[in-house]
Amino acid sequence: MDGIFLQQLINGLTLGSVYGLIAIGYTMVYGIIGMINFAHGEVYMISAYLSAIGLALLAFFGLESFPLLIFGTLLFTVCVTGLYGWTIERIAYRPLRNSTRLAPLISAIGISLILQNYVQLSQGARQQGIPTLLDGAFRFHVGEGFLQISYTKVFILVAAFAGMAALTWVIHCTRLGRMCRATQQDRKMAQILGIDTDRVISWVFVIGAAMAALAGLLITLNYGTFDFYAGFVIGIKAFTAAVLGGIGSLPGAMLGGLILGVAEAQFSGMVNTDYKDVFSFSLLVLILIFRPQGLLGRPQVTKV
Amino acid sequence: MSVPLLEFRNVDLHYGPIQALRQVSLHVDEGETVSLIGANGAGKSSLLMSIFGQPRASGGQILYRGEDITHKSAHHVASGGVAQSPEGRRVFPDMSVEENLLMGTIPIGMAHADEDLRRMFELFPRLEERRNQRAMTLSGGEQQMLAIARALMSRPRLLLLDEPSLGLAPIVVKQIFQILRELAAGGMTLFLVEQNANHALKLSDRGYVMVNGQIRLSGTGEELLGNPEVRSAYLGGH
Ligand SMILES: Nc1ncnc2c1ncn2[C@@H]1O[C@H](COP(=O)(O)OP(=O)(O)O)[C@@H](O)[C@H]1O
Ligand SMILES: [Mg+2]
Repeated sequence: MDGIFLQQLINGLTLGSVYGLIAIGYTMVYGIIGMINFAHGEVYMISAYLSAIGLALLAFFGLESFPLLIFGTLLFTVCVTGLYGWTIERIAYRPLRNSTRLAPLISAIGISLILQNYVQLSQGARQQGIPTLLDGAFRFHVGEGFLQISYTKVFILVAAFAGMAALTWVIHCTRLGRMCRATQQDRKMAQILGIDTDRVISWVFVIGAAMAALAGLLITLNYGTFDFYAGFVIGIKAFTAAVLGGIGSLPGAMLGGLILGVAEAQFSGMVNTDYKDVFSFSLLVLILIFRPQGLLGRPQVTKV
Repeated sequence: MSVPLLEFRNVDLHYGPIQALRQVSLHVDEGETVSLIGANGAGKSSLLMSIFGQPRASGGQILYRGEDITHKSAHHVASGGVAQSPEGRRVFPDMSVEENLLMGTIPIGMAHADEDLRRMFELFPRLEERRNQRAMTLSGGEQQMLAIARALMSRPRLLLLDEPSLGLAPIVVKQIFQILRELAAGGMTLFLVEQNANHALKLSDRGYVMVNGQIRLSGTGEELLGNPEVRSAYLGGH
């Protein structure tokens, strides 16, 4: 194994863990109400702005320690982004719950455009950025060259995996998690058992948005820049990851994210950086043709 | 006279152009065991589901403890103490037996969960052996037991059972009816829907016979068991 391969593996895992976080929002919403929330990429984009605002606010009030700054910003971003997720479901999807399958999709595209324009108007069309917060890197010699892993990347990996672990725990071990799974498996039966499934669906949107918010903060830390259009490409990438893993499957979304991130990074390293997006979208097309149920999904789950 | 626990007053129900219930009136008093007998397609399941508004009655009134619940949400009805073991059992296939049982506690919270889990495992020892298995791997009889136990986990005032004997071996049917008899003896109110009239009517204080969405006959369990029309139509005998 050469240095470039290892370097791109690390880069890919970092990027992929963030794709996984965003893919969770697509997969959970699909699992519970059977729609693709095309506004999810924009929720991520909003969270990137919110994390910059959070960092600026906290820094303005004189907070300097990195852990406190990050923790405070995360809390702020997750809460406000969660509120966006909740509101979107409430105004754009819930009223359409019993209409045709196409109606909420169109509504989602509408919300997505509204959010882009709202951010463009209120924050400006120019690219925005934050200064680097965490400098430095680990360096290892590998053969002739060397491998470099920035502290930021290590932080992203740790935080993303912690986020996924926390979510997995919530879904598997808590009452809310059981209610989510019950609503996903048989919504009418869940209602008969006394579950307010509208509330559960709201929670799923909040959870998805919270995961996207974590992703937004992490990517902002890594790249430092974003604009009002940032949600589009990364949204489709995360959607690809969700489809790759098997849409509706939570472990599938995380795995799909990691695989897509690594594949894309290796493609960039070995072939060409300019075509990496084309590569990812070609992958999406191939999955849809040859394995539409994805890696961990089940073929054609019939819903009652 | 006190208010019935559950009462249907002239209830109609439609699926688009199809009318599944016509002017149905019946009641279940506290502490009673009542069965509703009818052939396949008579409208029995529709009647049970209409209590939860799935689908909603298109005419008439459904009352629970005197409250008009015709237009209330399913979770409102469930929190009031109505539990159902539905047609087709509808256990959550990807959840373990224990998780399925815990889903029954939604209306009352987790306060009695441990105690009630033990009680269910005493009632249905088979479920304890399968405690951590996914529900989809259970046999039909075990799934039926799970559906009943899940309903009991909410400590309901009114337990609705939709064809608990359907498709089960005679020995399992016997076990299940034995448990229903114990529940009834313990004072629980049961409303039981069955095609298999023999077991159901023997267990019941009263019964109704439904034909094409209408109540055709009503009476005590014994009266109906002795009725020639019931005997020929639902007991397969003479
Ligand atoms: N979801 C549905 N859509 C349309 N018609 C239905 C539906 N469910 C039941 N029906 C019709 O309503 C009638 C009563 O059905 P059902 O309540 O299931 O009867 P039972 O439980 O006594 O077998 C039948 O004619 C059935 O075809
Ligand atoms: Mg039926």
